[in-house]
Amino acid sequence: MASIGKIARRTFLIGAAAIAGGIAVGYYYYRRPYPNPLEGELAEGEATFNPFVKIAADNTITVIAPRAEMGQGIATSLAALVAEELDVPLEAVTVEHGPASWAYFNTAMFAEGGPFAFYDEGMMAEMARGAMGGLGKLLGLQGTGGSSSIRDGFDKMREAGAATRAMLLAAAAARLSAPVAELTTRDATIRHDPSGRSVTYGDVAAAAATMDAPASVTLKDRKDWKILGKAQKRVDMYAKVTGAPIFGIDVDLPDMLYGTVRMSPRFGAKAIRSDATKAEKMPGVVKVVPIDTTYGAGFGVIATNTWAAFRAAEAIDVEWGPAGYPADSAAIASALRDALASGSGSALRDDGDVDTAFADGPRERIIEADYEVPYLAHACMEPMNATARLKDGILDVWSPNQMPTLTRQLCAGLAGLEQDQVKVHTTYMGGGFGRRGEMDFSMYATLLARETDGRPVKVTWTREEDTTHDVYRPAAAGRFSARLGDDGMPLAIDMRIAAPSIVASVLRRTFPSLTPVGPDKTISEGSHDQPYSVPNYRVSAIPADISIPVGFWRSVGNSYNGFFHECFLDEIAAAGKVDPVDMRRKLMAGYPAAVAVVDKVAAMARWGEPLAPGRAKGFAFTLSFGAWVGEVVQVADTPSGIRIEKMWIAADVGTAIDPGIIEAQLISGAVYGLSSALGQEITFADGVVEQSNFHDYDALRIAQCPEFEVAILENFHRMGGVGEIATPPAPPALANAVFALTGKRARRLPLARDFAFA
Amino acid sequence: MRLTVNGTVIEIDADPDMPLLWALRDLAGIKGPKFGCGIAACGACTVLIDGQPARSCSLPVGGVEGEVTTIEGISSDGVLHPVQQAWLDEQVAQCGYCQTGQIMSAVALLDEIAEPTDAQIDDAMGGNLCRCGTYPRIRAAIKKAAALKLARA
Repeated sequence: MASIGKIARRTFLIGAAAIAGGIAVGYYYYRRPYPNPLEGELAEGEATFNPFVKIAADNTITVIAPRAEMGQGIATSLAALVAEELDVPLEAVTVEHGPASWAYFNTAMFAEGGPFAFYDEGMMAEMARGAMGGLGKLLGLQGTGGSSSIRDGFDKMREAGAATRAMLLAAAAARLSAPVAELTTRDATIRHDPSGRSVTYGDVAAAAATMDAPASVTLKDRKDWKILGKAQKRVDMYAKVTGAPIFGIDVDLPDMLYGTVRMSPRFGAKAIRSDATKAEKMPGVVKVVPIDTTYGAGFGVIATNTWAAFRAAEAIDVEWGPAGYPADSAAIASALRDALASGSGSALRDDGDVDTAFADGPRERIIEADYEVPYLAHACMEPMNATARLKDGILDVWSPNQMPTLTRQLCAGLAGLEQDQVKVHTTYMGGGFGRRGEMDFSMYATLLARETDGRPVKVTWTREEDTTHDVYRPAAAGRFSARLGDDGMPLAIDMRIAAPSIVASVLRRTFPSLTPVGPDKTISEGSHDQPYSVPNYRVSAIPADISIPVGFWRSVGNSYNGFFHECFLDEIAAAGKVDPVDMRRKLMAGYPAAVAVVDKVAAMARWGEPLAPGRAKGFAFTLSFGAWVGEVVQVADTPSGIRIEKMWIAADVGTAIDPGIIEAQLISGAVYGLSSALGQEITFADGVVEQSNFHDYDALRIAQCPEFEVAILENFHRMGGVGEIATPPAPPALANAVFALTGKRARRLPLARDFAFA
Repeated sequence: MRLTVNGTVIEIDADPDMPLLWALRDLAGIKGPKFGCGIAACGACTVLIDGQPARSCSLPVGGVEGEVTTIEGISSDGVLHPVQQAWLDEQVAQCGYCQTGQIMSAVALLDEIAEPTDAQIDDAMGGNLCRCGTYPRIRAAIKKAAALKLARA
């Protein structure tokens, strides 16, 4: 395991261009498969074929879908990939998340980590994809993020199903003394029609599992798919409509204690004075313990029920140290402006000669604009929580998390154990959105479990603790300029974008000994990598030195770069008196997939047709996570404010595995984006987050939710992601519609600061 | 302290100030109602008290008079409540965390108004937050549930 640590130190550079020599040096290691974690965990009568499939003698088929199910439907779609090739109906399969294991590494999560645009298929970009993807395997990082799960699992899961079926067929051939060519499979049964005999998968599973896996398998042609490409009934739906206890917060163990945490509201600060006497004497309280981790310092409370723990945490008398960062929102805005004004930064796109183009341009053909967006919280419906038990040298952690192997590694360190003495049980998640890729909630539960003499303890955060101790979507600021040509089209665009680095923040709390290398592409992703051709086109990312914890928030940097880039393009179109959709069609002419998406959504929304007075539409497009997405929002002026009436989405995802789930995700991503654009902001005073709960950090309610019309396209030859892709264009489509309605340009979020909404 | 939950009288040893939600979840082991905010702002903890929707996170258990119904109590003999069936048919849930609260609010709505309009749906469901954005399918499912319920009656 030390080797993994060494490799991590050499190569842990998510988002950085530089890749150390680990891949070349470790090629043989990289090729070698990880051991199957299901071996040794099998129940009586169960056989396993690979890390993804178990079959029991009674014909129970279990598929391991080792990705966080946080609403995006991944358990269903990963199981569907296996079921298709195993030739069984999806309903015949039991789906489990499975253990934390390096065998469940995610290659696709890293593949787009380099500073290359998705449409760049040049040699350098492809080499970087291969190397970054290899890094995912080398580190054995099991993770859910970057809208990568289906892209990662598309071949892997189908091959697992096909290989299992081949082994079952071989065992059946031996059992029935018949050639494989005469056998057929259906409904988990293998038939030999010439003799009329048959065996079930379960009958031959034990024998089949002892056979060698085939060296290669042939996957079904798409035209033969029975499950894939069609909307499936989700495997988790029944549990979710009956209120089954499937979430982390529902974990219930014999002899279990309950707990909560109260961490310093100033990040990185510790208590300078504290008194827990009163808290410890409260009814139901077992003890109060100090916590000090890379995530923060504070106190844990252990009690006999959650409410007693909440009350005692509030009763701890404590004075916290000062903040080591700009302590209020004005100072943060000033730090972002300073970063913008500095000469530093990395031009992740630099086409033509931008400086000359501006120097030559007549003043009246140049437009300039400053933009800004606030920090945002994830606000998952299920507050952060985890349950831990440290007993007989084994740590069990029940955790609704997106990063099981890292969770195991960091919790093992806190408990003084080796990783093979730690079991991570990943539960269903009440939302994730990137927040549950963190380890803090699991680490705090682990620390409290050290204090309970082997009893399990479920540690639940209050909503207030959750809102004030997030890893936030970074605040960001942009200074943009454009030079228009005589035809109104942009001759030159220059975008400077400043934000704190997510990569640097993640490393500070997970691997503090590592230093990030190279530019953090998340600062400008969504601006520097868009499929537009402009003769002189530069996008620079400038890291701002603000140490407030920031993290991966649904669509990451795209979440604000979509707003920056697409609103500024709308400004250019307005200044040049060009229709914003026509302008994009021209700028995108070299990218047919992008044009097709724009054409589709424009047709759906009847873009350009006259609207009744008091109504207006706005358009935006973002290519993110390998998917091309165009959105149109229609707003109406009503007596109670601006109302979002309707939204049209067209998305090209390359290959659509489950159109029902994809439609739900597109609407979900758009609603998430609209929620942020309307009213969400995390602000600071005296180093402390000012918002605390849904009364001051709300999201779209049902009455505000527009009607949706969605189209799923499959034009591009590479597959894209789904879970995050509809978020980036939503704020700019709305802001551009608001401009079209009011004539007032929205250059900062949330819009509720400057406009009244119904 | 005695509570009637889903037709059964249960005895719990709780501080009367403890919110009903935590009495149900931590003391009675009834996990359908979810903790979301603790201030009656998100609706994840919605239960029915004598048929009326209530936010159990902000209701002291000592003050509860009447029969409590949680999602565990709305289906019987393995037959889903029409609202649950409609949620299943329309594939409403994503993460699912808010959905028990959404379903309980919808059950109460349809008990009061057999065929609600869009405005009545918005009114009744406005206190139930969903971060996954399932609202369009919630609207469709409520309409389907209304039809199912009338057909079963």
